[in-house]
Amino acid sequence: MKFRQATWRKSNEVLEPTVFELGVLGRGGTKIAEPDPDIISIVGETDELIPENMKRKEINLPGMAEPQVARHFSRLAQMNYGVDSGSYWLGSCTMKYNPKAAMRIASSDRVRRLHPFIPTEAAQHILRIMYELQEMLSSITGLPHYTLQPAAGAQGEFVGALIIRAKHLDEGERQRDEMIIPVSAHGSNFASAAMAGFRVIKVPTSSEGTIDIDALRAVVGERTAGIMITNPNTLGIFESDILEISDLIHSAGGLIYYDGANLNAILGWVRLSDMGVDVAHLNMHKTFAAPHGGGGPGAGAVGVTEDLKDFLPVPLIKKSGNKFYFDYNVPKTIGKIRTFYGNSEVLIKSWAYLKMIGTEGLRKVSSIAVLNANYARRKLVDYGYKVAYGKERPCKHEFVLTLEDLKEYGVRALDVAKALIDRGLHPPTIYFPLIVKEAFMMEPTESDSLEEIDEYVKAMKEIRELAMEDSEALKRAPKNSSVRRLDETLANRKPILTWRMYIKLKASR
Amino acid sequence: MGLIPNDDPETIRIMLSYIGVKDIKELYSDVPNEILLSNPPEIGSPLKEADLSSLFESITSSVPEIRLSFTGGGIADHYVPAIVDEIVSKQEFYTSYTPYQPEISQGLLQAIFEYQSLMAELLDMDVVNASLYDSGSALGEAARFSMRVTKRKRIIYAKNANPERLSVLSTYVSPLDVELVSVPYDEETGRISLASLEAQLNEDTAMVYLENPNFFGIIEEEAEEVADLVHEKGGLFVVGVEPISLGVIRPPGDYGADVVVGEGQSLGGYLNFGGPSLGIFAIKSTRKMIRQVPGRLIGMTKDLEGTRSYMMVLQSREQHIRQEEATSNITTNSQLMALRAAIYLSLLGPDGLRDLGRKILLNTEYLRRSIEELPCFKVPFKSKFFRDLPVVSEGPSWKEVNLHLLYKGIAGGFVPSTIYKEFPESLAILATTERHCKRDIDELIDNLRGFCS
Repeated sequence: MKFRQATWRKSNEVLEPTVFELGVLGRGGTKIAEPDPDIISIVGETDELIPENMKRKEINLPGMAEPQVARHFSRLAQMNYGVDSGSYWLGSCTMKYNPKAAMRIASSDRVRRLHPFIPTEAAQHILRIMYELQEMLSSITGLPHYTLQPAAGAQGEFVGALIIRAKHLDEGERQRDEMIIPVSAHGSNFASAAMAGFRVIKVPTSSEGTIDIDALRAVVGERTAGIMITNPNTLGIFESDILEISDLIHSAGGLIYYDGANLNAILGWVRLSDMGVDVAHLNMHKTFAAPHGGGGPGAGAVGVTEDLKDFLPVPLIKKSGNKFYFDYNVPKTIGKIRTFYGNSEVLIKSWAYLKMIGTEGLRKVSSIAVLNANYARRKLVDYGYKVAYGKERPCKHEFVLTLEDLKEYGVRALDVAKALIDRGLHPPTIYFPLIVKEAFMMEPTESDSLEEIDEYVKAMKEIRELAMEDSEALKRAPKNSSVRRLDETLANRKPILTWRMYIKLKASR
Repeated sequence: MGLIPNDDPETIRIMLSYIGVKDIKELYSDVPNEILLSNPPEIGSPLKEADLSSLFESITSSVPEIRLSFTGGGIADHYVPAIVDEIVSKQEFYTSYTPYQPEISQGLLQAIFEYQSLMAELLDMDVVNASLYDSGSALGEAARFSMRVTKRKRIIYAKNANPERLSVLSTYVSPLDVELVSVPYDEETGRISLASLEAQLNEDTAMVYLENPNFFGIIEEEAEEVADLVHEKGGLFVVGVEPISLGVIRPPGDYGADVVVGEGQSLGGYLNFGGPSLGIFAIKSTRKMIRQVPGRLIGMTKDLEGTRSYMMVLQSREQHIRQEEATSNITTNSQLMALRAAIYLSLLGPDGLRDLGRKILLNTEYLRRSIEELPCFKVPFKSKFFRDLPVVSEGPSWKEVNLHLLYKGIAGGFVPSTIYKEFPESLAILATTERHCKRDIDELIDNLRGFCS
């Protein structure tokens, strides 16, 4: 694929200028509403309406006219890459296509102009949608109770960890302060457990790429609060010993937390409850096709077993007869984790997606995602790439290569990633999981066609050949993107995080 | 086909044969048989796009439609300029993810840098992060941030702050060894009581949290005195702000805030039944404090040809590098909402924001006067208000009033006692925004007057 990203260049040093350079500082702008003259004639002016010492004097924002705002942000958009641009194999992020029908529904004024504190009589439609989403998630996972409040997966993890903590405290098991986490886990697992007050105990990965059961057995004990597990794990490998693991943790009095980031692999094939899971979060923006929005918003529903339902955040969405309502009467609740009820607008998109794929779609999604990954992996292995772990067994929705063998040609995973950019492909997740050297974590999802997968692996093949013949060419990549490789040291040495910091720095030079 | 291009028997056959397996089930051979489902769980028959649309129409049609929203309590029905919707729906922004590969993500990176920069000017702060989820989690993170920076454990908050946010705060710090202390407000003015604050402050105070305008919509006039008191004890002054007020109200960075948090939904975002919204997190810059900031930060740098460019910086604070030592667990944030705020602030500029603030001030004052003229409703505090207005009913129940209004297409006041028992049942929080003109407010007042006879 030939690719040249749009480049709007003002000068040798500057692409599209910032709004601070485009606008007039401190004055101008576009008014969007005029005070009502009838109100002015009654109330007068605003002088008396703010205490003198609390009046704003200057506003150092740029003033711009609407056409220039439109052009500026349109140019910026052209210097960005989305799922609709092309293949986006960003492992563990499940960059699947976001159906437009779901977005249209979520942008209805009946949804987006609804105040969260409206009497529930006027919110029956949205409550019904959220309730139905909970029911579908329950059916898919086998976990009977859900909260839709967490704003993202990591916040779901925090909720889950707090629930586990609350449950043990409620049973007088104060000593259970250790959370076991496999070294291959997402970084957020460790951080969430620590935020919830746990000591993090790491268990290693076996040569098979799964949890080392003996090492796990050695750390499980009366201080074990639980384990946070991702299945399939971040290597794209299914933890086949999952029943043994959950028995081990349960018999020691611990609970099983499931990180749903990789649920796309097993949708419709395995229920979490059958694996012994007690608490889980599901990412609406991964498995259930809500768009990622450049980094958010997402939504992270949390499901629990019957035993843990009394600890869920308030309020819960319930149904009585034909009426939907909020239940604040949850005596052992961990409290509220965000204001209001969750990212409703995101949740509606996932509701719409599940309605569109239906029962039969669940397994189609996962099957094709897994088929695509296995096909791509096989092709890449045939081209000489090395799979980090578990190459003798099928992978699930993603797989991790190690590009360590390219080091002898002076080529790193980063270089290969940048070369993919030059071919119009979004690179995979690199240098993760941390246990794999020169990691290349690839997730094609079910949204790529056979032709697109062939295109991607062909690009990988060419890059590998180039690495061996002319590694310097790879070091120069990317050259078809709007900028070339960036100076990361400069960016971090004295960080410039806002325009005012930049101006201050320039003045001091 | 449909959403899944390779869902076609011939394509599947080609791919399976290349892999060397006979069916897809073989790709699940590593899943223990005991847990492999024979049939997928039931979630209903698939709906085609047009049928989904009809279903949605039928679900919404039975619910009363709102024309005018006067509900306050933290967020309100602000107008979203068309250009904001137009730009955020561009797929390059909408369907992309965290800009891990900066070379093909310059557009988003620059837009976030501009968000950080515009917000910094609006708040008069130095550093703004790329976004947190909402005002509640931003406050929770601010508390944990203050405890890390000061190595102290006393968190003091003003009781006239938004109760939703306070309840999230208490969840966020619940696992920590912390003292959570409230300071009452003056019954007459609704503003923080300085004497009570002084009595609660000590050398172990990590932070004091004050909202401005506060939960009652009241402008806190003594904010600067609060800052001085906190700083005397070496604690951090954390201000919760309604950013749309800052076209007319003094920015917190100018009266001593060390940290600013807030809800950015008003800047080009919809109500969305409460989410997504935009968690604002800003600090005054010191090297020590920057290293403790939660969440993503975008910084300026150069590419190898010397072109100014942008990338994620100080990632060693974040979970994907630092794991359990990270400053926060946040990864997915509220980026698209921050983009909305960037477009909104660029469009309005200084004049647009000033004028908008002026309109909201005038509307709030007109609403206040109109309420005061009613025989059975009153405003319980003598102060200056912005957007939100506390209204006490001296007779009719708010529940009845709100239901009556609802069937006229009007969303009435938020009654905090329905969730937070510490508030009297007679209190509701109303809000008026730039969407309202005199006729709209008069319509609300006429309906309220009907309850006084």
